[in-house]
Amino acid sequence: MGSVTFDGVSKVYPGAKGSPSTVAVDDLSLEVGDGEFLILVGPSGCGKSTALRMVAGLEKISAGEIRVDGERINDVPPRDRDIAMVFQNYALYPHMTVAKNLAFGLRQRKTPRAEVSARVAAVSSTLGLDELLSRRPGQLSGGQRQRVAMGRALVREPRAFLMDEPLSNLDAKLRVQMRAELKKLHHRLGTTTIYVTHDQVEAMTLGERIAVMNAGLLQQIGVPQDVYDRPANVFVAGFIGSPPMNLLRGTVSGTTVSAGVFSFARPGLADGPITIGIRPETFRPTTEAGTVGPSIDLQVDVVEPLGDEVLVHGTLDARAAQSGAEAEDAVLLAETSTRAPVTVRLAPDSRPAPGDRMPLTADPMAVHLFDASSGDAIR
Amino acid sequence: MSTTTVDPHALPGETGMVEARRGRWLPFSPWHLILMPMALLMLVPLVWMVITSLETLAQTRRFPPVLWPGQLQFQNYPDALGAAPFPRWFWNTAVVTITVVASNLLLCSLAAYAFARMHFLGKKAIYFLLLATLMVPLQVVLVPTFLIVKQLGLINHLGALIVPNLANVFGIFMLTQFFRTLPIELEEAARIDGASRLKILFTIVLPLSAPALATLAVIQFMWTWNDFLWPLVTLYNEPAYTLQLGLQSFQGSHLTEWNLLMAGNVMSMIPMLVLFIVAQRWFIRGIATQGLKG
Repeated sequence: MGSVTFDGVSKVYPGAKGSPSTVAVDDLSLEVGDGEFLILVGPSGCGKSTALRMVAGLEKISAGEIRVDGERINDVPPRDRDIAMVFQNYALYPHMTVAKNLAFGLRQRKTPRAEVSARVAAVSSTLGLDELLSRRPGQLSGGQRQRVAMGRALVREPRAFLMDEPLSNLDAKLRVQMRAELKKLHHRLGTTTIYVTHDQVEAMTLGERIAVMNAGLLQQIGVPQDVYDRPANVFVAGFIGSPPMNLLRGTVSGTTVSAGVFSFARPGLADGPITIGIRPETFRPTTEAGTVGPSIDLQVDVVEPLGDEVLVHGTLDARAAQSGAEAEDAVLLAETSTRAPVTVRLAPDSRPAPGDRMPLTADPMAVHLFDASSGDAIR
Repeated sequence: MSTTTVDPHALPGETGMVEARRGRWLPFSPWHLILMPMALLMLVPLVWMVITSLETLAQTRRFPPVLWPGQLQFQNYPDALGAAPFPRWFWNTAVVTITVVASNLLLCSLAAYAFARMHFLGKKAIYFLLLATLMVPLQVVLVPTFLIVKQLGLINHLGALIVPNLANVFGIFMLTQFFRTLPIELEEAARIDGASRLKILFTIVLPLSAPALATLAVIQFMWTWNDFLWPLVTLYNEPAYTLQLGLQSFQGSHLTEWNLLMAGNVMSMIPMLVLFIVAQRWFIRGIATQGLKG
């Protein structure tokens, strides 16, 4: 078992002649406790995989220090780090049987033959691979390959597991199942795990703590619910949560915060522009009993009944703000439109029709506010 | 109706549809109409060689050529073997070819792996320089190579054929390109699993490169087995001859015993034919097993 510490770690890729160098990871400092399950989450290209590969030793560390159990591993070759990694495409050796795939790491470490077979047997029964031991990766289904990849990491009993989007090649149903199994497995083994994903649902459900990254920078680290409830900045607010938080451009004047046609009171803010964030579930129909807050008219475009809830996509009379987590065309649309797209999550019994004008409200205390220029949360 | 009675009806209908979708008027691809005559054309010299090897000397000289000798002269084969130190030449050629093929597989994969996966100063320049040597024809380097081989004291030895061909730039180039297509994650996984560079090359990269290695082996075998010019320059003692050089000695300045020459040719072709048949399985098999999600 081991703790993993990032201490001011940076990764800079020198650019080709004439072009500037790229900073993939920028001064990353965080500590993964012994036995912890930490999720590195962020959009693609945010540096999360690079951070993971630096721990594995597959990328050189440009600056800073990575320590495992307090031991500096910057210059330790991958094979001496005692760390196992699960790759997104599993990277099973195609010409070896499942048994040989599992045993490969132990064989390289000159483990006695009897112990190798004992450990392979133990892991394969844990993961239900007994029947598959003599098959080759090509004869396995996606889920089975994923298990073998996991088994290859488990069998080595390393100080830490690194997982690079291990579930992203599975279909949705299998993914949910493997997610639960992974959680159970970690509970039982208690091995330190760093898990990289771009899927914020995976992050929320799996992690003991999640670290949100964007553009090489650590945005926020914390318990999933905390990150969801109190996003540190507008990026985290827009990235964590599905559907994402609705972000609107607002202004503060005196004690009033207003955006387009609605406004509410919030004392203690400096006058000027502000970003307003409202989670889809914060909206309530005004017809519901006990609602407080300003009245907001939603122009309904699309209604998605999901069984246990209804997602309503529409627009309201305000300008949209950006978190930096949106797709490019969404940004362009928001720049030009005077109506902000908004997603609302409602109880399954409310069924507005497309084209309807739906009166909604949102509890001002549950509304998030962010500095319009820095994006930092205002609390 | 139960499902068992429905199924037999469904099946013929389905296969009929597949047939209809493929070539409607031919049982094979229309390309075969061009490929088949071309293949036959390629076969003509081979067939003629075999036929000639079974004719009498008189028949070989008749014009128009005898296309079917009537009585097959199998005696030509033992005669050819007896007319020259054939087993000796065969042995010489086999020693040279096997050594050269084996050393090429080993040395080219070592060099190719370095070019494909490792970072070192001047890698691109060296690679480019090596490739540039591919453009230089043998005739240009014949004399300098001869002088070097002579300095090494290898003239009239089989070593003269082996040493200059231990590694081949073409092999390095081909394997480099192939290694680059292998998923890097496999090697990264092996590195984390604790394998050294050499171990990765021999336990991961080479087993997955069987098709490329088989191709290289066949090409190199063919080149070395059939090489004529270089042995001609460096070997002048009949016992040191290779097959191709020896076969040449059947071609006298006044009289060529075509039937014996062709019998020798047929025999010299057999190892290559066998190799082709054996290696073909590897070409086709490719990387049949896929460990990565495809």
